[in-house]
Amino acid sequence: MSTLPLWINWLIEPFTYSFMQRGLLAAVMVSVICAVLGAFVVLRGMAFVGDAMAHTILPGIVIAYWLGGNLLLGALAAGLLTAFGIGWFTRDGQLQEDTAIGVMFSGLFALGILLLSIVSSYRDLTHILFGNILGVSGTDLWLIAGVGVLVVGMVLAFFKELVVTSFDPGHAITIGLSPGVVRYGLLILLAFATVSGIQSVGVVMVVSLLVTPAATAYLLSQQLPRMILMSVGFSVGAALVGLYLSYYWNLASGATIVLALTTLFIIVFLIAPRRGLLWRMRAKHTSTGGTDERNETGREDLLLSE
Amino acid sequence: MALNNIQTTINYGHACSTPAVPGEPALAIDNLRYRYPGALHPVLEGICLEVQPGEKIALVGPNGAGKSTLIKLIAGLVAPPTGSITIYGNPAGACHHRVAYVPQRSDVDWRFPVSVRQVVMMGRYAHLGWLKRPRPEDHTAVTRALAAMQITPLADRQIGELSGGQQQRVMLARSLAQDADLFLLDEPLNNLDMPTQELIFHVLEQLAQASKTVLVSTHDLGILPIHFSRAIFLDGHVIADGPVGSVLTAETLARAYGVHLCTEDTVNPTLAALAGK
Repeated sequence: MSTLPLWINWLIEPFTYSFMQRGLLAAVMVSVICAVLGAFVVLRGMAFVGDAMAHTILPGIVIAYWLGGNLLLGALAAGLLTAFGIGWFTRDGQLQEDTAIGVMFSGLFALGILLLSIVSSYRDLTHILFGNILGVSGTDLWLIAGVGVLVVGMVLAFFKELVVTSFDPGHAITIGLSPGVVRYGLLILLAFATVSGIQSVGVVMVVSLLVTPAATAYLLSQQLPRMILMSVGFSVGAALVGLYLSYYWNLASGATIVLALTTLFIIVFLIAPRRGLLWRMRAKHTSTGGTDERNETGREDLLLSE
Repeated sequence: MALNNIQTTINYGHACSTPAVPGEPALAIDNLRYRYPGALHPVLEGICLEVQPGEKIALVGPNGAGKSTLIKLIAGLVAPPTGSITIYGNPAGACHHRVAYVPQRSDVDWRFPVSVRQVVMMGRYAHLGWLKRPRPEDHTAVTRALAAMQITPLADRQIGELSGGQQQRVMLARSLAQDADLFLLDEPLNNLDMPTQELIFHVLEQLAQASKTVLVSTHDLGILPIHFSRAIFLDGHVIADGPVGSVLTAETLARAYGVHLCTEDTVNPTLAALAGK
Protein backbone atom coordinates (compact mmCIF):
# COMPACT_ATOMS: atom_id res chain seq x y z
CA MET A 1 0.00 0.00 0.00
CA SER A 2 2.63 2.49 1.06
CA THR A 3 4.44 2.18 -2.28
CA LEU A 4 1.42 3.51 -4.17
CA PRO A 5 1.21 7.20 -5.01
CA LEU A 6 -0.83 9.19 -2.57
CA TRP A 7 -3.72 9.94 -4.90
CA ILE A 8 -4.23 6.29 -5.84
CA ASN A 9 -4.25 5.47 -2.18
CA TRP A 10 -6.85 8.20 -1.73
CA LEU A 11 -9.00 6.59 -4.42
CA ILE A 12 -8.61 3.04 -3.15
CA GLU A 13 -8.86 3.56 0.58
CA PRO A 14 -12.65 3.89 0.87
CA PHE A 15 -13.17 0.59 -0.87
CA THR A 16 -11.06 -1.40 1.55
CA TYR A 17 -14.20 -1.49 3.69
CA SER A 18 -16.77 -4.09 2.78
CA PHE A 19 -19.72 -1.73 3.33
CA MET A 20 -18.15 0.66 0.83
CA GLN A 21 -17.61 -2.16 -1.66
CA ARG A 22 -21.23 -3.19 -1.38
CA GLY A 23 -22.29 0.44 -1.62
CA LEU A 24 -20.23 0.93 -4.76
CA LEU A 25 -21.58 -2.20 -6.41
CA ALA A 26 -25.16 -1.23 -5.55
CA ALA A 27 -24.67 2.36 -6.73
CA VAL A 28 -23.21 1.25 -10.06
CA MET A 29 -25.97 -1.28 -10.73
CA VAL A 30 -28.72 1.14 -9.75
CA SER A 31 -27.19 3.82 -11.95
CA VAL A 32 -27.19 1.51 -14.95
CA ILE A 33 -30.77 0.36 -14.37
CA CYS A 34 -32.20 3.85 -13.91
CA ALA A 35 -30.19 5.39 -16.73
CA VAL A 36 -31.31 2.75 -19.26
CA LEU A 37 -34.99 3.29 -18.45
CA GLY A 38 -34.47 7.00 -17.90
CA ALA A 39 -33.87 7.57 -21.61
CA PHE A 40 -37.43 6.42 -22.32
CA VAL A 41 -38.82 8.29 -19.32
CA VAL A 42 -37.35 11.53 -20.68
CA LEU A 43 -38.33 10.95 -24.31
CA ARG A 44 -41.91 10.05 -23.38
CA GLY A 45 -42.31 12.86 -20.85
CA MET A 46 -42.91 10.44 -17.98
CA ALA A 47 -40.80 12.20 -15.33
CA PHE A 48 -43.85 12.84 -13.18
CA VAL A 49 -44.88 9.19 -13.35
CA GLY A 50 -41.39 8.21 -12.21
CA ASP A 51 -41.56 10.58 -9.28
CA ALA A 52 -45.03 9.39 -8.33
CA MET A 53 -43.95 5.76 -8.53
CA ALA A 54 -41.18 6.43 -6.03
CA HIS A 55 -43.56 8.04 -3.55
CA THR A 56 -46.37 5.51 -3.79
CA ILE A 57 -43.89 2.81 -2.90
CA LEU A 58 -43.55 4.12 0.66
CA PRO A 59 -46.60 2.33 2.15
CA GLY A 60 -45.32 -0.94 0.64
CA ILE A 61 -41.98 -0.47 2.36
CA VAL A 62 -43.56 0.35 5.70
CA ILE A 63 -45.91 -2.61 5.59
CA ALA A 64 -43.00 -4.91 4.74
CA TYR A 65 -41.04 -3.43 7.65
CA TRP A 66 -44.04 -3.98 9.89
CA LEU A 67 -44.37 -7.61 8.88
CA GLY A 68 -40.64 -8.14 9.12
CA GLY A 69 -40.32 -8.95 5.40
CA ASN A 70 -37.77 -7.71 2.89
CA LEU A 71 -38.31 -3.99 2.33
CA LEU A 72 -37.45 -4.11 -1.35
CA LEU A 73 -40.02 -6.84 -1.99
CA GLY A 74 -42.67 -4.76 -0.20
CA ALA A 75 -41.72 -1.77 -2.30
CA LEU A 76 -41.91 -3.84 -5.44
CA ALA A 77 -45.45 -4.99 -4.67
CA ALA A 78 -46.53 -1.39 -4.09
CA GLY A 79 -44.76 -0.25 -7.28
CA LEU A 80 -46.53 -2.85 -9.40
CA LEU A 81 -49.88 -1.87 -7.86
CA THR A 82 -49.12 1.74 -8.75
CA ALA A 83 -48.31 0.81 -12.34
CA PHE A 84 -51.70 -0.85 -12.74
CA GLY A 85 -53.47 1.82 -10.71
CA ILE A 86 -52.28 4.61 -13.00
CA GLY A 87 -53.40 2.66 -16.03
CA TRP A 88 -56.77 1.90 -14.46
CA PHE A 89 -57.61 5.46 -13.44
CA THR A 90 -56.87 6.85 -16.87
CA ARG A 91 -58.22 3.94 -18.91
CA ASP A 92 -60.92 5.78 -20.82
CA GLY A 93 -59.72 9.33 -20.73
CA GLN A 94 -62.09 10.48 -17.97
CA LEU A 95 -59.18 11.98 -16.06
CA GLN A 96 -56.02 13.61 -17.30
CA GLU A 97 -53.18 11.29 -16.51
CA ASP A 98 -51.16 13.78 -14.47
CA THR A 99 -54.25 14.57 -12.41
CA ALA A 100 -54.80 10.90 -11.58
CA ILE A 101 -51.14 10.50 -10.72
CA GLY A 102 -51.12 13.63 -8.57
CA VAL A 103 -54.07 12.40 -6.54
CA MET A 104 -52.80 8.86 -6.12
CA PHE A 105 -49.23 9.70 -5.35
CA SER A 106 -49.86 12.22 -2.60
CA GLY A 107 -52.54 10.00 -1.09
CA LEU A 108 -50.39 6.89 -0.97
CA PHE A 109 -47.35 8.82 0.24
CA ALA A 110 -49.45 10.22 3.10
CA LEU A 111 -50.63 6.70 3.89
CA GLY A 112 -47.00 5.60 4.02
CA ILE A 113 -46.05 8.41 6.41
CA LEU A 114 -49.08 7.63 8.58
CA LEU A 115 -48.19 3.94 8.81
CA LEU A 116 -44.61 4.85 9.55
CA SER A 117 -45.61 7.13 12.41
CA ILE A 118 -47.53 4.20 13.89
CA VAL A 119 -44.88 1.52 13.56
CA SER A 120 -41.67 3.37 14.27
CA SER A 121 -39.94 6.63 14.85
CA TYR A 122 -39.15 9.18 12.19
CA ARG A 123 -35.48 8.26 12.41
CA ASP A 124 -36.08 5.14 10.32
CA LEU A 125 -37.86 7.35 7.84
CA THR A 126 -34.71 9.15 6.79
CA HIS A 127 -33.13 5.99 5.34
CA ILE A 128 -36.16 5.33 3.21
CA LEU A 129 -36.71 8.92 2.21
CA PHE A 130 -33.12 9.86 1.49
CA GLY A 131 -31.38 6.57 0.84
CA ASN A 132 -28.67 4.66 2.65
CA ILE A 133 -26.33 3.26 0.08
CA LEU A 134 -23.79 2.26 2.70
CA GLY A 135 -26.31 0.08 4.50
CA VAL A 136 -26.92 -2.26 1.54
CA SER A 137 -27.11 -5.92 2.58
CA GLY A 138 -26.02 -8.96 0.59
CA THR A 139 -29.65 -9.87 -0.13
CA ASP A 140 -30.32 -6.38 -1.41
CA LEU A 141 -27.36 -6.69 -3.76
CA TRP A 142 -28.77 -9.87 -5.25
CA LEU A 143 -32.20 -8.29 -5.62
CA ILE A 144 -30.71 -5.26 -7.36
CA ALA A 145 -28.65 -7.50 -9.64
CA GLY A 146 -31.81 -9.43 -10.52
CA VAL A 147 -33.64 -6.21 -11.33
CA GLY A 148 -30.67 -5.13 -13.44
CA VAL A 149 -30.71 -8.29 -15.54
CA LEU A 150 -34.47 -8.01 -15.97
CA VAL A 151 -34.51 -4.32 -16.94
CA VAL A 152 -31.54 -4.37 -19.31
CA GLY A 153 -32.70 -7.67 -20.85
CA MET A 154 -36.24 -6.41 -21.46
CA VAL A 155 -35.08 -3.10 -22.93
CA LEU A 156 -32.71 -4.91 -25.30
CA ALA A 157 -35.36 -7.44 -26.32
CA PHE A 158 -38.14 -4.91 -26.88
CA PHE A 159 -36.03 -1.99 -28.00
CA LYS A 160 -37.73 -1.40 -31.33
CA GLU A 161 -41.22 -1.58 -29.81
CA LEU A 162 -40.21 0.88 -27.07
CA VAL A 163 -38.79 3.24 -29.69
CA VAL A 164 -41.71 3.15 -32.10
CA THR A 165 -44.37 3.61 -29.39
CA SER A 166 -42.37 6.48 -27.86
CA PHE A 167 -41.70 8.21 -31.15
CA ASP A 168 -45.01 7.80 -32.97
CA PRO A 169 -47.85 6.08 -31.06
CA GLY A 170 -50.17 6.61 -34.04
CA HIS A 171 -47.95 4.59 -36.33
CA ALA A 172 -47.61 1.92 -33.65
CA ILE A 173 -51.40 1.53 -33.54
CA THR A 174 -51.72 1.26 -37.31
CA ILE A 175 -49.18 -1.56 -37.39
CA GLY A 176 -51.05 -3.36 -34.61
CA LEU A 177 -48.82 -2.52 -31.67
CA SER A 178 -50.76 -1.01 -28.78
CA PRO A 179 -48.82 1.83 -27.12
CA GLY A 180 -50.94 1.23 -24.01
CA VAL A 181 -49.72 -2.33 -23.62
CA VAL A 182 -46.09 -1.30 -24.13
CA ARG A 183 -46.60 1.52 -21.64
CA TYR A 184 -47.82 -0.93 -19.01
CA GLY A 185 -44.69 -2.97 -19.56
CA LEU A 186 -42.57 0.14 -19.17
CA LEU A 187 -44.39 1.13 -15.97
CA ILE A 188 -43.71 -2.31 -14.51
CA LEU A 189 -40.01 -2.04 -15.35
CA LEU A 190 -40.10 1.46 -13.88
CA ALA A 191 -41.48 0.03 -10.64
CA PHE A 192 -38.53 -2.39 -10.50
CA ALA A 193 -36.02 0.36 -11.27
CA THR A 194 -37.52 2.73 -8.70
CA VAL A 195 -37.33 0.10 -6.00
CA SER A 196 -33.67 -0.52 -6.76
CA GLY A 197 -33.02 3.23 -6.74
CA ILE A 198 -34.57 3.78 -3.33
CA GLN A 199 -31.67 2.02 -1.64
CA SER A 200 -29.27 4.37 -3.32
CA VAL A 201 -30.83 7.82 -3.12
CA GLY A 202 -34.15 7.27 -1.40
CA VAL A 203 -37.80 7.79 -2.30
CA VAL A 204 -37.63 11.54 -2.64
CA MET A 205 -34.69 11.70 -5.04
CA VAL A 206 -35.00 8.53 -7.11
CA VAL A 207 -36.61 10.45 -9.94
CA SER A 208 -33.31 12.27 -10.33
CA LEU A 209 -31.54 9.01 -11.23
CA LEU A 210 -34.20 8.38 -13.86
CA VAL A 211 -34.39 11.84 -15.37
CA THR A 212 -31.20 13.83 -14.84
CA PRO A 213 -28.58 11.62 -16.57
CA ALA A 214 -30.95 10.92 -19.46
CA ALA A 215 -31.75 14.62 -19.82
CA THR A 216 -28.05 15.44 -19.84
CA ALA A 217 -27.37 12.80 -22.49
CA TYR A 218 -30.36 14.01 -24.53
CA LEU A 219 -28.69 17.40 -24.88
CA LEU A 220 -25.54 15.78 -26.21
CA SER A 221 -26.63 13.01 -28.57
CA GLN A 222 -28.68 12.56 -31.71
CA GLN A 223 -28.91 8.77 -31.55
CA LEU A 224 -30.83 6.82 -28.94
CA PRO A 225 -28.31 4.01 -28.27
CA ARG A 226 -25.64 6.65 -27.76
CA MET A 227 -27.93 8.65 -25.53
CA ILE A 228 -28.49 5.58 -23.34
CA LEU A 229 -24.76 4.76 -23.11
CA MET A 230 -23.88 8.36 -22.23
CA SER A 231 -26.64 8.43 -19.67
CA VAL A 232 -25.25 5.26 -18.05
CA GLY A 233 -21.77 6.79 -18.05
CA PHE A 234 -22.92 10.02 -16.36
CA SER A 235 -24.92 8.09 -13.84
CA VAL A 236 -22.08 5.75 -12.84
CA GLY A 237 -19.65 8.68 -12.71
CA ALA A 238 -21.96 10.66 -10.44
CA ALA A 239 -22.39 7.64 -8.18
CA LEU A 240 -18.60 7.41 -7.76
CA VAL A 241 -18.19 11.12 -7.13
CA GLY A 242 -21.06 10.99 -4.66
CA LEU A 243 -19.53 8.07 -2.77
CA TYR A 244 -16.11 9.76 -2.45
CA LEU A 245 -17.65 13.01 -1.27
CA SER A 246 -19.75 11.09 1.19
CA TYR A 247 -16.78 9.08 2.50
CA TYR A 248 -14.23 11.85 2.92
CA TRP A 249 -16.49 14.65 4.09
CA ASN A 250 -19.12 12.57 5.83
CA LEU A 251 -21.97 13.88 3.66
CA ALA A 252 -25.29 12.17 2.90
CA SER A 253 -24.50 9.85 -0.03
CA GLY A 254 -27.92 10.13 -1.70
CA ALA A 255 -27.68 13.90 -1.79
CA THR A 256 -24.10 13.96 -3.08
CA ILE A 257 -24.96 11.56 -5.93
CA VAL A 258 -27.97 13.63 -6.96
CA LEU A 259 -26.06 16.92 -6.71
CA ALA A 260 -23.21 15.51 -8.81
CA LEU A 261 -25.77 14.60 -11.50
CA THR A 262 -27.44 18.00 -11.28
CA THR A 263 -24.15 19.88 -11.55
CA LEU A 264 -23.23 17.93 -14.65
CA PHE A 265 -26.63 18.65 -16.17
CA ILE A 266 -26.29 22.38 -15.60
CA ILE A 267 -22.84 22.46 -17.16
CA VAL A 268 -24.06 20.54 -20.21
CA PHE A 269 -27.20 22.66 -20.46
CA LEU A 270 -24.98 25.71 -20.75
CA ILE A 271 -22.24 24.48 -23.06
CA ALA A 272 -23.66 21.55 -25.09
CA PRO A 273 -22.98 21.90 -28.81
CA ARG A 274 -26.10 22.91 -30.77
CA ARG A 275 -28.60 22.47 -27.92
CA GLY A 276 -26.73 24.27 -25.12
CA LEU A 277 -27.73 27.75 -24.02
CA LEU A 278 -24.43 29.42 -24.95
CA TRP A 279 -24.40 27.69 -28.31
CA ARG A 280 -27.91 28.80 -29.14
CA MET A 281 -27.13 32.36 -28.09
CA ARG A 282 -24.11 32.38 -30.35
CA ALA A 283 -26.08 30.82 -33.22
CA LYS A 284 -28.73 33.51 -32.83
CA HIS A 285 -26.00 36.12 -32.89
CA THR A 286 -24.45 34.80 -36.11
CA SER A 287 -27.77 34.11 -37.82
CA THR A 288 -28.64 37.80 -37.59
CA GLY A 289 -25.77 38.09 -40.07
CA GLY A 290 -27.71 35.65 -42.23
CA THR A 291 -25.04 32.95 -42.57
CA ASP A 292 -26.91 30.15 -40.79
CA GLU A 293 -30.10 30.54 -42.72
CA ARG A 294 -28.32 30.66 -46.03
CA ASN A 295 -26.60 27.39 -45.19
CA GLU A 296 -29.93 25.73 -44.49
CA THR A 297 -31.50 26.69 -47.79
CA GLY A 298 -28.26 26.05 -49.59
CA ARG A 299 -28.28 22.44 -48.46
CA GLU A 300 -31.91 21.95 -49.43
CA ASP A 301 -31.38 23.41 -52.90
CA LEU A 302 -28.48 21.07 -53.41
CA LEU A 303 -30.65 18.12 -52.55
CA LEU A 304 -33.61 19.16 -54.62
CA SER A 305 -31.53 19.73 -57.72
CA GLU A 306 -30.52 16.07 -57.81
CA MET B 1 -61.32 -3.50 -25.47
CA ALA B 2 -58.16 -3.69 -23.40
CA LEU B 3 -57.98 -7.44 -23.89
CA ASN B 4 -58.45 -6.91 -27.59
CA ASN B 5 -55.48 -4.51 -27.54
CA ILE B 6 -53.32 -7.07 -25.79
CA GLN B 7 -54.29 -9.77 -28.23
CA THR B 8 -53.61 -7.55 -31.24
CA THR B 9 -50.31 -6.48 -29.74
CA ILE B 10 -49.22 -10.05 -29.08
CA ASN B 11 -49.89 -10.87 -32.74
CA TYR B 12 -48.36 -7.74 -34.19
CA GLY B 13 -46.10 -8.40 -37.15
CA HIS B 14 -47.83 -11.70 -38.01
CA ALA B 15 -48.94 -12.22 -41.58
CA CYS B 16 -52.57 -11.22 -42.15
CA SER B 17 -55.02 -14.02 -41.58
CA THR B 18 -57.67 -11.97 -43.37
CA PRO B 19 -56.92 -11.61 -47.09
CA ALA B 20 -58.50 -8.77 -49.03
CA VAL B 21 -61.92 -9.85 -50.26
CA PRO B 22 -61.95 -9.63 -54.08
CA GLY B 23 -64.56 -7.27 -55.50
CA GLU B 24 -65.03 -5.45 -52.19
CA PRO B 25 -64.30 -1.71 -52.03
CA ALA B 26 -60.96 -0.62 -50.60
CA LEU B 27 -62.82 1.41 -48.01
CA ALA B 28 -66.47 1.36 -47.10
CA ILE B 29 -67.87 3.57 -44.36
CA ASP B 30 -71.45 3.14 -43.32
CA ASN B 31 -73.36 5.66 -41.23
CA LEU B 32 -70.36 6.68 -39.16
CA ARG B 33 -70.92 8.97 -36.20
CA TYR B 34 -68.21 10.11 -33.81
CA ARG B 35 -68.22 12.32 -30.76
CA TYR B 36 -65.08 13.06 -28.75
CA PRO B 37 -65.40 11.95 -25.10
CA GLY B 38 -66.87 14.85 -23.13
CA ALA B 39 -67.90 16.83 -26.24
CA LEU B 40 -71.53 17.87 -26.67
CA HIS B 41 -71.83 17.54 -30.42
CA PRO B 42 -70.52 14.86 -32.72
CA VAL B 43 -67.62 15.93 -34.92
CA LEU B 44 -68.74 13.49 -37.62
CA GLU B 45 -72.25 12.35 -38.37
CA GLY B 46 -73.94 10.22 -41.00
CA ILE B 47 -70.77 9.57 -42.98
CA CYS B 48 -71.24 7.07 -45.80
CA LEU B 49 -68.44 6.52 -48.28
CA GLU B 50 -67.26 3.92 -50.71
CA VAL B 51 -63.78 3.99 -52.22
CA GLN B 52 -62.58 1.59 -54.89
CA PRO B 53 -59.01 0.24 -55.11
CA GLY B 54 -56.78 2.53 -57.18
CA GLU B 55 -58.73 5.70 -56.41
CA LYS B 56 -56.88 8.86 -55.44
CA ILE B 57 -59.15 11.02 -53.38
CA ALA B 58 -58.89 14.43 -51.76
CA LEU B 59 -60.67 14.96 -48.48
CA VAL B 60 -61.49 18.66 -48.39
CA GLY B 61 -62.98 20.93 -45.76
CA PRO B 62 -62.31 23.83 -43.41
CA ASN B 63 -60.44 23.48 -40.11
CA GLY B 64 -62.53 21.53 -37.63
CA ALA B 65 -64.52 19.81 -40.38
CA GLY B 66 -63.43 16.41 -39.05
CA LYS B 67 -60.93 15.53 -41.80
CA SER B 68 -58.21 14.46 -39.36
CA THR B 69 -60.70 12.65 -37.16
CA LEU B 70 -62.06 10.70 -40.11
CA ILE B 71 -58.56 9.69 -41.15
CA LYS B 72 -57.68 8.68 -37.60
CA LEU B 73 -60.87 6.63 -37.35
CA ILE B 74 -60.03 4.78 -40.56
CA ALA B 75 -56.48 4.19 -39.33
CA GLY B 76 -57.88 2.88 -36.05
CA LEU B 77 -56.21 5.54 -33.87
CA VAL B 78 -59.46 6.68 -32.34
CA ALA B 79 -61.73 4.27 -30.47
CA PRO B 80 -64.35 2.53 -32.64
CA PRO B 81 -67.46 4.69 -33.02
CA THR B 82 -71.03 4.00 -34.03
CA GLY B 83 -71.26 2.88 -37.61
CA SER B 84 -68.93 0.59 -39.50
CA ILE B 85 -65.62 0.96 -41.30
CA THR B 86 -64.67 -1.85 -43.68
CA ILE B 87 -61.27 -2.07 -45.35
CA TYR B 88 -60.92 -4.43 -48.32
CA GLY B 89 -63.91 -6.37 -47.07
CA ASN B 90 -62.60 -6.75 -43.50
CA PRO B 91 -63.42 -4.73 -40.39
CA ALA B 92 -60.96 -1.89 -39.69
CA GLY B 93 -58.02 -3.19 -37.70
CA ALA B 94 -58.23 -6.75 -39.06
CA CYS B 95 -55.04 -6.38 -41.05
CA HIS B 96 -52.38 -3.97 -39.93
CA HIS B 97 -50.15 -4.42 -42.96
CA ARG B 98 -52.75 -3.02 -45.27
CA VAL B 99 -53.20 0.50 -43.91
CA ALA B 100 -50.45 3.13 -43.79
CA TYR B 101 -51.04 6.35 -41.90
CA VAL B 102 -48.98 9.49 -42.49
CA PRO B 103 -49.58 11.88 -39.58
CA GLN B 104 -49.55 15.66 -39.80
CA ARG B 105 -46.03 16.94 -39.55
CA SER B 106 -46.92 18.87 -36.39
CA ASP B 107 -47.98 15.62 -34.67
CA VAL B 108 -44.43 14.22 -34.73
CA ASP B 109 -41.69 14.85 -32.16
CA TRP B 110 -38.87 15.83 -34.51
CA ARG B 111 -36.32 16.17 -31.72
CA PHE B 112 -36.56 12.45 -31.01
CA PRO B 113 -33.07 10.92 -31.33
CA VAL B 114 -33.64 8.69 -34.37
CA SER B 115 -32.21 8.87 -37.87
CA VAL B 116 -34.14 9.11 -41.13
CA ARG B 117 -33.30 5.49 -41.96
CA GLN B 118 -34.58 4.28 -38.59
CA VAL B 119 -37.89 6.10 -39.02
CA VAL B 120 -38.39 4.62 -42.48
CA MET B 121 -37.54 1.17 -41.08
CA MET B 122 -40.45 1.59 -38.64
CA GLY B 123 -42.71 1.03 -41.65
CA ARG B 124 -41.26 -2.49 -41.84
CA TYR B 125 -42.09 -3.29 -38.21
CA ALA B 126 -45.59 -4.15 -39.44
CA HIS B 127 -43.99 -7.17 -41.08
CA LEU B 128 -41.44 -8.00 -38.36
CA GLY B 129 -43.12 -8.44 -35.01
CA TRP B 130 -41.61 -9.19 -31.61
CA LEU B 131 -37.95 -10.01 -31.14
CA LYS B 132 -37.16 -9.96 -34.87
CA ARG B 133 -34.43 -7.82 -36.34
CA PRO B 134 -34.76 -6.36 -39.85
CA ARG B 135 -34.05 -8.94 -42.58
CA PRO B 136 -32.33 -8.24 -45.92
CA GLU B 137 -35.69 -7.69 -47.65
CA ASP B 138 -36.57 -5.06 -45.03
CA HIS B 139 -33.34 -3.19 -45.71
CA THR B 140 -34.06 -3.38 -49.43
CA ALA B 141 -37.54 -1.95 -48.93
CA VAL B 142 -36.11 0.92 -46.86
CA THR B 143 -33.44 1.68 -49.47
CA ARG B 144 -36.10 1.76 -52.19
CA ALA B 145 -38.41 4.01 -50.18
CA LEU B 146 -35.57 6.44 -49.42
CA ALA B 147 -34.67 6.56 -53.10
CA ALA B 148 -38.29 7.07 -54.18
CA MET B 149 -38.57 10.10 -51.90
CA GLN B 150 -35.08 11.32 -52.95
CA ILE B 151 -33.76 11.42 -49.38
CA THR B 152 -31.03 8.78 -49.65
CA PRO B 153 -28.26 11.34 -48.90
CA LEU B 154 -30.06 12.26 -45.66
CA ALA B 155 -30.50 8.67 -44.44
CA ASP B 156 -28.21 8.94 -41.43
CA ARG B 157 -29.23 12.41 -40.28
CA GLN B 158 -31.23 12.93 -37.13
CA ILE B 159 -34.76 13.85 -38.26
CA GLY B 160 -34.76 17.22 -36.50
CA GLU B 161 -31.96 18.45 -38.76
CA LEU B 162 -34.19 18.29 -41.85
CA SER B 163 -36.31 21.00 -43.42
CA GLY B 164 -40.11 20.71 -43.29
CA GLY B 165 -40.31 19.37 -46.84
CA GLN B 166 -37.65 16.77 -46.14
CA GLN B 167 -39.46 15.68 -42.98
CA GLN B 168 -42.68 15.16 -44.94
CA ARG B 169 -40.73 13.02 -47.40
CA VAL B 170 -39.46 10.87 -44.51
CA MET B 171 -42.99 10.18 -43.29
CA LEU B 172 -44.16 9.28 -46.78
CA ALA B 173 -41.08 7.06 -47.26
CA ARG B 174 -42.04 5.19 -44.10
CA SER B 175 -45.50 4.47 -45.49
CA LEU B 176 -43.95 3.30 -48.79
CA ALA B 177 -41.66 0.93 -46.87
CA GLN B 178 -44.69 -0.47 -45.09
CA ASP B 179 -45.96 -1.66 -48.46
CA ALA B 180 -49.61 -1.03 -47.60
CA ASP B 181 -52.67 -1.00 -49.85
CA LEU B 182 -54.56 1.92 -48.34
CA PHE B 183 -52.60 5.13 -47.75
CA LEU B 184 -54.04 7.75 -45.41
CA LEU B 185 -52.25 11.11 -45.51
CA ASP B 186 -53.24 13.83 -43.06
CA GLU B 187 -52.52 17.29 -44.49
CA PRO B 188 -49.28 16.21 -46.18
CA LEU B 189 -49.07 19.37 -48.27
CA ASN B 190 -49.08 22.03 -45.55
CA ASN B 191 -46.36 24.64 -46.02
CA LEU B 192 -44.33 22.57 -48.45
CA ASP B 193 -41.86 23.78 -51.03
CA MET B 194 -42.97 23.23 -54.63
CA PRO B 195 -40.44 20.49 -55.51
CA THR B 196 -41.56 18.40 -52.53
CA GLN B 197 -45.22 18.91 -53.45
CA GLU B 198 -44.54 17.82 -57.01
CA LEU B 199 -42.60 14.77 -55.79
CA ILE B 200 -45.40 13.77 -53.43
CA PHE B 201 -48.01 14.06 -56.20
CA HIS B 202 -45.78 12.03 -58.49
CA VAL B 203 -45.41 9.25 -55.89
CA LEU B 204 -49.15 9.26 -55.10
CA GLU B 205 -49.91 8.94 -58.83
CA GLN B 206 -47.58 5.96 -59.06
CA LEU B 207 -49.32 4.37 -56.07
CA ALA B 208 -52.73 4.85 -57.68
CA GLN B 209 -51.47 3.31 -60.92
CA ALA B 210 -50.28 0.29 -58.94
CA SER B 211 -53.91 -0.07 -57.71
CA LYS B 212 -53.11 1.31 -54.28
CA THR B 213 -55.78 3.48 -52.70
CA VAL B 214 -54.88 6.97 -51.56
CA LEU B 215 -56.86 9.32 -49.32
CA VAL B 216 -55.35 12.77 -48.78
CA SER B 217 -56.79 15.46 -46.54
CA THR B 218 -56.13 19.01 -47.63
CA HIS B 219 -57.58 22.48 -47.57
CA ASP B 220 -55.77 23.60 -50.68
CA LEU B 221 -58.47 23.83 -53.33
CA GLY B 222 -56.12 24.86 -56.11
CA ILE B 223 -54.54 21.42 -56.40
CA LEU B 224 -57.80 19.51 -56.75
CA PRO B 225 -58.42 19.71 -60.51
CA ILE B 226 -54.82 18.84 -61.40
CA HIS B 227 -54.01 16.02 -59.02
CA PHE B 228 -57.20 14.30 -57.94
CA SER B 229 -59.97 12.54 -59.80
CA ARG B 230 -62.40 12.61 -56.90
CA ALA B 231 -63.01 14.99 -54.01
CA ILE B 232 -65.02 14.58 -50.84
CA PHE B 233 -66.12 17.80 -49.18
CA LEU B 234 -66.54 17.40 -45.48
CA ASP B 235 -67.98 19.57 -42.74
CA GLY B 236 -69.12 17.22 -40.00
CA HIS B 237 -70.97 15.35 -42.72
CA VAL B 238 -70.34 14.73 -46.40
CA ILE B 239 -71.33 17.86 -48.31
CA ALA B 240 -70.35 16.71 -51.75
CA ASP B 241 -68.66 13.65 -53.17
CA GLY B 242 -67.76 13.00 -56.75
CA PRO B 243 -65.47 13.85 -59.66
CA VAL B 244 -63.56 17.07 -58.92
CA GLY B 245 -65.05 18.80 -61.96
CA SER B 246 -68.60 18.31 -60.79
CA VAL B 247 -68.19 18.94 -57.04
CA LEU B 248 -65.88 21.95 -57.16
CA THR B 249 -68.69 24.46 -57.45
CA ALA B 250 -69.47 27.77 -55.78
CA GLU B 251 -72.38 26.11 -54.02
CA THR B 252 -70.26 23.32 -52.52
CA LEU B 253 -67.67 25.82 -51.35
CA ALA B 254 -70.37 27.95 -49.76
CA ARG B 255 -71.71 24.94 -47.87
CA ALA B 256 -68.30 23.66 -46.84
CA TYR B 257 -66.78 26.94 -45.79
CA GLY B 258 -69.94 28.83 -44.83
CA VAL B 259 -69.05 31.77 -47.04
CA HIS B 260 -70.56 33.00 -50.23
CA LEU B 261 -68.37 33.87 -53.12
CA CYS B 262 -68.81 37.53 -53.86
CA THR B 263 -70.81 38.31 -56.92
CA GLU B 264 -72.17 41.70 -57.97
CA ASP B 265 -75.40 41.39 -56.00
CA THR B 266 -73.98 39.84 -52.80
CA VAL B 267 -71.45 42.56 -52.12
CA ASN B 268 -70.99 43.40 -48.46
CA PRO B 269 -73.87 45.72 -47.46
CA THR B 270 -71.46 48.11 -45.75
CA LEU B 271 -69.56 48.51 -48.96
CA ALA B 272 -72.80 48.93 -50.85
CA ALA B 273 -73.87 51.63 -48.44
CA LEU B 274 -70.55 53.37 -48.83
CA ALA B 275 -70.80 53.15 -52.58
CA GLY B 276 -74.32 54.61 -52.44
CA LYS B 277 -73.14 57.74 -50.63
